[in-house]
Amino acid sequence: MKRRSFVGVSAAAGVGLMVGFRFDELLAQEAAKPAPPNPFEAWIRIDQAGNVTLICGKSEMGQGIHTALTQVLADELEVDWSRVKVEQAPTNPKFYDHGTGGSSSVRTSYLPLRKAAAGARVMLTDSAAAQWGVKPAECRAEHGEIVHVATARKLAYGTLVAAAAKRPLPDLDKLTLKDAKDFRIIGKSIARTDIPAKVDGSARFGLDVRVPGMLFAVIARCPTFGGKVKSFDAAKAKAKPGVRHVLEIPPGPAGTFSGGVVVVVADSSWAAMQGREALSVEWDHGPHAGESNATLRVKFDELTSKPATAFRNDGDALAALAAGGQRLEAVYELPFQAHASMEPLNATVDIKPDRAEAWLATQGPQWGQQLIADVAGLKPEAVTVHTTLMGGGFGRRYAADFILEAAQVSKAIGAPVQVLWTREDDMQHDYYRPAAMHRFSATLDATGQPVAWLDRMSSVSIGRQWDEPGKEKPEGGEIEGAANLPYAIPNLRMEYVDAPSGVPRAWWRSVEHSINGFAVESFIDELAAAAKADPLAFRLQLLREPRQVKSPTDADGRPLDTKRFKACLELAAAKAGWGTAPPAGRARGIACHFSFQSYSAQVAEVSVNNGVPRVHRIVAAIDCGRVINPDGVAAQVESAIVYGLSAALKGAITIKDGQAQQSNFDDFEVLRIDEMPVVEVHLVPSQEPPTGIGEPGLPPVASALGNALFALTGKRLRRLPIVAGDLA
Amino acid sequence: MAEFRLIVNGQPKQVDVAADTPLLWVLRDTLNMTGTKYGCGIAQCGACTVHLDGEATRSCVTTVDTVGARKITTIEGLSPDRSHPLQQAWIAEQVPQCGYCQSGMLMTAAELLARKPKPTDADIDASLGGHICRCGTYQRIRRAVHRAAGDEGGGE
Repeated sequence: MKRRSFVGVSAAAGVGLMVGFRFDELLAQEAAKPAPPNPFEAWIRIDQAGNVTLICGKSEMGQGIHTALTQVLADELEVDWSRVKVEQAPTNPKFYDHGTGGSSSVRTSYLPLRKAAAGARVMLTDSAAAQWGVKPAECRAEHGEIVHVATARKLAYGTLVAAAAKRPLPDLDKLTLKDAKDFRIIGKSIARTDIPAKVDGSARFGLDVRVPGMLFAVIARCPTFGGKVKSFDAAKAKAKPGVRHVLEIPPGPAGTFSGGVVVVVADSSWAAMQGREALSVEWDHGPHAGESNATLRVKFDELTSKPATAFRNDGDALAALAAGGQRLEAVYELPFQAHASMEPLNATVDIKPDRAEAWLATQGPQWGQQLIADVAGLKPEAVTVHTTLMGGGFGRRYAADFILEAAQVSKAIGAPVQVLWTREDDMQHDYYRPAAMHRFSATLDATGQPVAWLDRMSSVSIGRQWDEPGKEKPEGGEIEGAANLPYAIPNLRMEYVDAPSGVPRAWWRSVEHSINGFAVESFIDELAAAAKADPLAFRLQLLREPRQVKSPTDADGRPLDTKRFKACLELAAAKAGWGTAPPAGRARGIACHFSFQSYSAQVAEVSVNNGVPRVHRIVAAIDCGRVINPDGVAAQVESAIVYGLSAALKGAITIKDGQAQQSNFDDFEVLRIDEMPVVEVHLVPSQEPPTGIGEPGLPPVASALGNALFALTGKRLRRLPIVAGDLA
Repeated sequence: MAEFRLIVNGQPKQVDVAADTPLLWVLRDTLNMTGTKYGCGIAQCGACTVHLDGEATRSCVTTVDTVGARKITTIEGLSPDRSHPLQQAWIAEQVPQCGYCQSGMLMTAAELLARKPKPTDADIDASLGGHICRCGTYQRIRRAVHRAAGDEGGGE
């Protein structure tokens, strides 16, 4: 199918001009999938009053995507900012994909959106030219009008849409897009459109959905992963005021992690919670009840201590290691991490015999729509999904277990229901960031140059939980950010083995980059220290001449460019005053990481008081290609840094008896304002296509912190999070 | 169940709920005022903060029978039109990301400014240290509080 056919025009009565398009880079990634019946996933609508709407499925979770996409549209279409808005597209199974994640929205939308906007602009221009009997080349578009330059005649877009909609869509691949030097809105720190409603309580999140006749439900789940209901006594729960139903729901389809549960449905959230308190359930704790951090560590140790299949093998690392030289060994270990979005998981679903409606704070509305349809016995088209604002997503809201539950409860009771997860539910039944271990060996020659690097990795694979666990070959994600090590080391060997586990896990901000970025950029720092080299200079010389480093699993095929990696490191170093003396009692550490096609370098400045680390300042440099909204980019980097610092300095999820031991913010601590460092974000000027920004700020921060702590104390941080005694 | 007379944002309200119901759920489920958020239920995150007679209070652990005659102010009542200096500053500094924690942040910051019109960074940290923002907007919150206090250049 030619790309041209991915765009279409509609002139439905009274609508004006509608141009539909899709984000074709996503398609390129998943070319193996058959083309969907209706290829459009977004529409540009220009109405007869000249108002422009981008109808698109990208969900807003605070990343500013609605503002950024609107900026791109307004600029290319030549309309004023005040005339453009975003409308959340209704989920339609015929659309290709409405998922929001993987730091992908801007990078996959930028070009298709501009082309579609340019197509609309050409159709409006041609319509005006035809009306005046002049050549289109004599006209130009500006501020929502087509202007005939010679005569200064003007026609507003709104008056042209009816005629424009009758014209054929031009070949979008042959259009001339705006020259970047003419951008008026792209590249400007436009105020985010979702913010005003977030300062007066009027913003509606998933948990704020109120539907006439709705009930509230809280669910008792087995605290042990993989467990299920043996028996329960509902009498006391039913006696609580406001409790309407107590019911059991059988395990859900594979892949949803929804084991058998007991549901308490009530008139209010509080009554449902009180009902659950009064419930007594006997659980079958299932096959994973013996799992703990201790058993997992034994497994990791065993798996990383013996040879496995290599996923990258340059030269002969095993022979080079055996040949001697200055040898380094190090083991890096990372725990499970909870998402802990501020809005606990929830879903509101209303299943009726012939149709269903749902209000979902989700990153993946189509998955939810399909699950609801399956539960209801309806076609997906009969399920209307309203995607609400999300009180944080960070990857957790891409999963659909919480949606499935609400569908099952609504189906069972025949009423609209909001299933509310308490904070404890949210933390104890997360899909966690995987736990992992890296076991490194390396040698340096007499001049301090690395000769060999062996990285034996194991993690609880995200992908493997749904198929065959225990495989030696990574699915892909597990080695992200480790496989494309950019440093020139002649003998490199990297191996991976999955560690089977019953702990549910999935995507957490930057996913495996959060693991591998820490391990790799810390161990390279160990090599620099062993070589008695400056950590920055050591990295720069190992980056060598500009070259491209591919990852064997690079889905989108854009390799790491060492020139950009280097420039990013240099910018962070320069802005942080690298090479100058830090304030008394402090030290600096540096790290750089490539993820979601963006380059991210950070310098951390730290001190230690009585064994307690304090991060004073993080200077970040980011190269995410062309920047749509500089302040929005800065906000995302600030945010990723805080999320990463929380995981490095504060809480983790530990497992005992097959259960998460933490349950709320009192035992899963996160960074608060009194520990917030000064964060400076510097952008690498770039004309390259825009790349990811929601996640790339995270991976370098833990290693920059650890490297700074080493510079200050001589103690190397190899296990996260830091705990009392690590720096004593 | 029992009847309680509350004054919420200057309006008298009558509710019929169990006496041990936290004020948070009375606001959200009974009065349909969803600007006040549930985050943890144990006074650890601050998302549920409201004012009782001007004092920042965690509504998730304040049962409705203890409110008495105290006047309740929620985020919806901080100003009628987003004109509170903190709301203006929150927009100017582009503070919220997901925005879920910000109702509580604003209510505690409002109490701080009422008590101490020119807070230092240490005052801000002490006052807002009981709140959690997972989007990490803390730096912008500090700047916005200083801006609302009329400090040029903030306190950093």
